[in-house]
Amino acid sequence: MISAIRSTKDFWTGIIYVVFGVGAVVLARDYGMGTALKMGPGYFPTVLGGLLTVIGVISLIRSFIKEGTPISRFGLKGLVLVAGSTLAFGLLLRGAGLAVALPVLVLVSSYASAHFRWERSLALAAGLTVFCVLVFLKGLGVPLPVLGSWFGG
Amino acid sequence: MDLFSNLALGLSTAITPINLLYCLIGVFLGTLIGVLPGLGPTATIAMLLPITFVLPPISALIMLAGIYYGSQYGGSTTSILVNLPGEAASVVTTLDGYQMARRGRAGVALATAAIGSFFAGTVATLLLALFAPPLSELALQFGPADYFSLMVLGLVASVVLAQGSLLHAIGMVVLGLLLGLIGTDVTSGTQRYTFDIPQLADGIGFVVVAMGMFGLAEIIRNLEQEDGRTVMVREITSLMPTKEDWKRMVAPILRGTAIGSAVGILPGSGSILGAFAAYSIEKKISKNAAEFGKGAIEGVAAPEAANNAGAQTSFIPMLTLGIPSNPVMALMIGAMIIQGIQPGPSVMKEQPALVWGIIVSMWIGNFFLVLLNLPLIGLWVRLIMVPYSLLYPAILVFCGIGVFSLNNSEFDVYLMALFGLLGYVFVKLDCEPAPMLLAFILGPLMEEYLRRAMLISRGNPWVFVQRPISATLLAIAVLAMCAVLVPSFSKTREEALRA
Repeated sequence: MISAIRSTKDFWTGIIYVVFGVGAVVLARDYGMGTALKMGPGYFPTVLGGLLTVIGVISLIRSFIKEGTPISRFGLKGLVLVAGSTLAFGLLLRGAGLAVALPVLVLVSSYASAHFRWERSLALAAGLTVFCVLVFLKGLGVPLPVLGSWFGG
Repeated sequence: MDLFSNLALGLSTAITPINLLYCLIGVFLGTLIGVLPGLGPTATIAMLLPITFVLPPISALIMLAGIYYGSQYGGSTTSILVNLPGEAASVVTTLDGYQMARRGRAGVALATAAIGSFFAGTVATLLLALFAPPLSELALQFGPADYFSLMVLGLVASVVLAQGSLLHAIGMVVLGLLLGLIGTDVTSGTQRYTFDIPQLADGIGFVVVAMGMFGLAEIIRNLEQEDGRTVMVREITSLMPTKEDWKRMVAPILRGTAIGSAVGILPGSGSILGAFAAYSIEKKISKNAAEFGKGAIEGVAAPEAANNAGAQTSFIPMLTLGIPSNPVMALMIGAMIIQGIQPGPSVMKEQPALVWGIIVSMWIGNFFLVLLNLPLIGLWVRLIMVPYSLLYPAILVFCGIGVFSLNNSEFDVYLMALFGLLGYVFVKLDCEPAPMLLAFILGPLMEEYLRRAMLISRGNPWVFVQRPISATLLAIAVLAMCAVLVPSFSKTREEALRA
């Protein structure tokens, strides 16, 4: 079956569009359609969801007909480390404080680079921490602790 | 004359020390991020948006505007010296600019870019001053149906100008519209697509989406093709173009300015398309066509003039109609709303000092840019050499803190990570994020205007073709759509957009 697909880009885009489109329509059933004169909250989303589904289906059909360029390889390391370190940053912000969350973000994310060097990243983390504490917390008054509640901050 | 009193008002606003300072900061930051490949104006302005809370509205908008057109300027520096476009709009400049640099004429190429940009910026500022008032007068007569059609046209244009598959771009627009609907429906109070998550009740913040899709996704993509940048730092000897150079650059700059100004008003990636169009036209009509790609000065002058003009005229729809033509303009509108200014045609009447202050500040900013770029070229060259492995963790930190501080919510940080992931997947699938982002902003507005239009017309859908303004706008949208489907045009489109 997979071998019948001639354009993987069209195929996966189609799948994504259909999933979002059908999802939008199904969820919108609870919102009340109303009439064209007095549109309910479900009207516009249902129309859009339907449209997206149609576009997705066309893309799916096209993926079996028209030859396309293959999807280039996913940079998994970068993807996981960048998205993951951002998540970790959010999780640590209040509990551990900026002085922990920020170095974690810098060190984990810079590990994704082919040119990663410990000493350089540590220096960068230290410099950015000092800079951000001074500018954002002290200067602009962003309500974040330097050291969070886990450390009694 | 009105124009002069308006410009005088603008001048008196823009020239106060505080506004001059923020204009300078803006263009400096703009040049900086223009020079640094991998950091664009959208992500930067999104990062700085929270900081503008503490500034007076005019200063904030002057600074943000400066970042935008400054980045167009800085982008050309990297194009010429490193053969790496710092900004998408300066891709074409690499073709001849880098070749000029290889022949030891880097200084002249940089000067040509600066002169072309300055001239184009000046003309576009005047155009803005001339066309903004009548356009906003016209816009005051817009009814809900007209606004709806205008947004349809905007979205169609962004699809037409998007790279890659047309079908996918349309899908991205629809998806963006849907994502924009997340949150509480204003009319009925119904929570839509919120999954009972309280943080989603107010919808997803635009900045969160912009930083995720333009900041994070961009970083992940850059990491994939990370390479050591080799910078051609030669002694930049003479900046001064010769008499022959001057003669050859005049006409291309004029044509580039005209093309860029016209295309810049269109929604989507206006300044990019303008630069491409200007370059290909020069190549067609120039006497020195054979030199193109080998260091023709026309090939630097025309696209540089065009992208700067386009950056400037893209403010026209934002200031007169309150409708963004690209993600950066959407952020500007966000900045206005933060400051308690309701964007739309009435801004021109109610806040003349603001509008004219911004317009005049652009001209002053262009002047600053010439001063900043040419003498400080050594500094910018050194900046190009900052390794990306140090740059992107810092970008992540600023994105993280910036997004958090918008609502003091770590939920927004998670969302940003999610949109970064989504953005990367879409880039991989050749689905451009810009149309989606535009649709995301316009989604709730479109629904609102659609509802109102239908209510006024008592449920008669023909209202969209019965009102002359609306009918005209829709006709243009249909024409644009048809034009793309004509094979010969779609081929040109593909060629023009292949970056």
